[in-house]
Amino acid sequence: MSEFLEFGAEHLPYILEGLPITLGLWALAMAIGALFGLLLAWARLYGNKLIYGAATAYVEIFRGTPMLVQMLFIYLGLPEIGIVFDPFTAAVIAIGLNTSAYQAEYFRGAIRSIPRGQLQAARAMGMSQFQGLRWIILPQALRRVIPQWSNEAILELKYTSIAYAIGVSELTARAEKIGYETFMFFEVFMLLALIYIVLTGTVAQILQFLEKRTAIPGL
Amino acid sequence: MIVEILITQMPYLLHGVWVALQLLVCLLALGFVLGLSLAILEVYGHWTLRWFGVLFERIFRGIPAIVLLLLFYYGVADFVDISAFTAAVLALGLRSAAYQSQIFRGSILSISQGQMLAARAMGMSKPMAIREIILPQALRLSIGPWTNEFSSEMKATSLAYVIGVVELTRQARYIISSTQGNILAVFAVVAALYFIFNWLGNWGLYRLERKLAVPGFEQGGQG
Amino acid sequence: MLLQVENIHKRYGTAEVLKGVSLNVVAGQSKVIMGPSGTGKSTLLRCINHLTPPDQGRVLVEGVEITSANLNKMREKLAFVFQDFNLFTHLRAVDNVAVGPRKIRGMNKVAARDLAMRELERVGMVERAEAYPAELSGGQQQRVSIARALAMEPKVILFDEPTSALDPELTGEVVAVMKQLASDGMTMLVVSHEIGFARQAADEIIFMDGGHILEQGPPEQLFASPQHERTRQFLSRIGEGGAGA
Repeated sequence: MSEFLEFGAEHLPYILEGLPITLGLWALAMAIGALFGLLLAWARLYGNKLIYGAATAYVEIFRGTPMLVQMLFIYLGLPEIGIVFDPFTAAVIAIGLNTSAYQAEYFRGAIRSIPRGQLQAARAMGMSQFQGLRWIILPQALRRVIPQWSNEAILELKYTSIAYAIGVSELTARAEKIGYETFMFFEVFMLLALIYIVLTGTVAQILQFLEKRTAIPGL
Repeated sequence: MIVEILITQMPYLLHGVWVALQLLVCLLALGFVLGLSLAILEVYGHWTLRWFGVLFERIFRGIPAIVLLLLFYYGVADFVDISAFTAAVLALGLRSAAYQSQIFRGSILSISQGQMLAARAMGMSKPMAIREIILPQALRLSIGPWTNEFSSEMKATSLAYVIGVVELTRQARYIISSTQGNILAVFAVVAALYFIFNWLGNWGLYRLERKLAVPGFEQGGQG
Repeated sequence: MLLQVENIHKRYGTAEVLKGVSLNVVAGQSKVIMGPSGTGKSTLLRCINHLTPPDQGRVLVEGVEITSANLNKMREKLAFVFQDFNLFTHLRAVDNVAVGPRKIRGMNKVAARDLAMRELERVGMVERAEAYPAELSGGQQQRVSIARALAMEPKVILFDEPTSALDPELTGEVVAVMKQLASDGMTMLVVSHEIGFARQAADEIIFMDGGHILEQGPPEQLFASPQHERTRQFLSRIGEGGAGA
C-alpha cells in the first residue's frame, strides 16, 4: 500500500498534466454536441422531409457505429481526400459529432414532452412559431433535459479516453507512457482508474448541484 | 481497385465480426449473470450486500472502458498470464454487470409489491417467489433497456482493439497497413458492418420483446 | 377449533393498531369482521397469516402454531384474497390458479391444470381461462383470485375487503361466489362491509373498533340490537341496524 502511495506521489503530477487536455476535449466536444444536437433535434421535429431524412440518417449512423471507428475515420481516413486534422482536433470533432447524435434524441424527447398548450398559448399572445419555440418551449425543454444531459456528459467524459488511440496526450496516454517507462502497469492503471473515479464523481456532483439550482417547481 | 481489395479482404473483416460477436456474447453473458445476481441481492439481500452492490456499480461505471481494458490486460498480466480476449471479456463484462444490475434492479423495483405479497401469502418461499413470479415479470420489463445495453456493448467491443484483440476494427487496421491506403473505403465498410450488426441485434431483441409480451405489461403490473 | 387467534398485538411506531385481539373460527364457519376504517381489520388479517408479523400473540391452525420455521407450510392452509386481487400479471388466468398447485404442492402440469379448470368453473370463469389479468374486469380478476386461493385446498380463506376495489355493479358477482363458498362449507374469515353477504352467509359478525373487538354475535342479533353505541353509529352509517333497519 505504501509502495503504491509512493508510486502515485511520484507519477501523479505527470499524469495530471493530461487533465486539462481531457477536460478541454470534453468541454469542446460537449459544446459542439449541444449546438449540433439542438440543430438535429429541430431538423427532426420541424424540418421538411429532406431535412428530416438527413438528420435521421445522421443520428442512426452515429449511434449505430463505434466512436473509435468514427475517430479513426476522421483522423486516418479524411487525409486521403486532403482533410488533415491534428489528433486533438480530430478527437474533438469525433466525440462532438458522436455525442450530438445522442443529445439530439434527448432534446427531441424533451421538446416533445412539453404540452402543446404551451406553444398554443404563445401563439395566441402573438408570438411567431419561432418565437414560441425560442422563448417558451426551449427554456422548458432544456430544463427537463438536464438529468439526461448530465448522464451523457459523464459518459462522454469517460469516452475522451478513446482519444488516446490516435495519440492525444490526455490522461490515459500519459498513464500508459509511465507504464512503459516503469513496467508497473498494474499500479499505473489503478492510479488512472482512481483519477477517473474521482473525476467522474466530482463532475457528477457539480452537475447535480446545477440541476438543483435550475429546478423550477412543476417542471 | 478499391472494390477488388474490399472483396479479397472481406473474409478477414468477417472474421473480425466473428471475433467481435464472440467477445460480445461472452461479455454480455458475464454481465447478465453477475448483474442479475447483484440486482437480486441488492433488492432482497442484507444491507451489506446492497452496500457492496452500490460500490461495485460506482467503481465499474466510474472508470472508462479503455482504462478497464488496459488494467485487465497489462495490469493483470503483471501477476497472471491472461490473453487479450479473456482480459476484454473480464473488463467489459464486469463493467456491463454494473450497467445491467441497474437495469434489472429498476425492473424488479417497478413490479408492484402485491405480486410478492400474493406469492408469499400462498405459501411460496422468498426464493421461489422471486424465481416464479418476480423474475419472469422483471426480465420482460428489462428487454427494452437491455437492448440499449446490447447496442452500447456491441460498440464497446471495438475498444478491445487497444489491447490487441483482433476484432473488426483491428482487422481494418491490418488491411489498411497491408494494402497501403484505401482507408476511407475500409472504414466505411467496417462502419457499415457494425451498423448491420447493431441493427440485427436490435431487431432480434425487439422481436423477442414482442413475442414475450403480455397484455397490460406496459403499465408495470397490477394494483 | 380450526383457526385460533390469540392476543394479537401490533404497533407501527407509536400507534398501537391491534391491542390484543383474539378470535376463533370453527370448521365450516364464516365470520365477517366489520368496523370503521383504520381500526386494524386488515392488519389483523395480515397478522393472521404473518404477511405482517404480529408483535405479540399466536395464531394456530388445527392446533399447530405458526412459526417462522413452518410459515410457508402453514400459509398453504390459510389462503388470502386481496383487496386489489394481485393476480400474477405475466400468467394467464388458468396459470394463475395452477401455479400454486404446481410449484408449491408439486403437482404435475396436467393435474394442476385440471384442478385449475375445476376451480375456475366454481367461480364461473372457465370461459376466460386463457385471458391475462389485464384483459379481465375487476370482478373477473377477483373471481380468478378466489379460484387461485381454492386451488391450494386451504383450510381457511382470509378475505381482505374483496369487493372494495370494485365498481358497485361488479361486486355482485364476487359476493355471489363467496356466498356459494360459504354454503359449500368453506371456512372463511372476511373483512368486508358487504351487508348482503354478512346477513345471508355469515355465521357471526365481529365488530372491531380502535384495535379491539367490541362485540360479536350472529348477524340477526348484532344488526338488530347492537350492545355498543359505536356499533350502532357504524351500522346506521352504512345504512343497517338501529333506527335504520
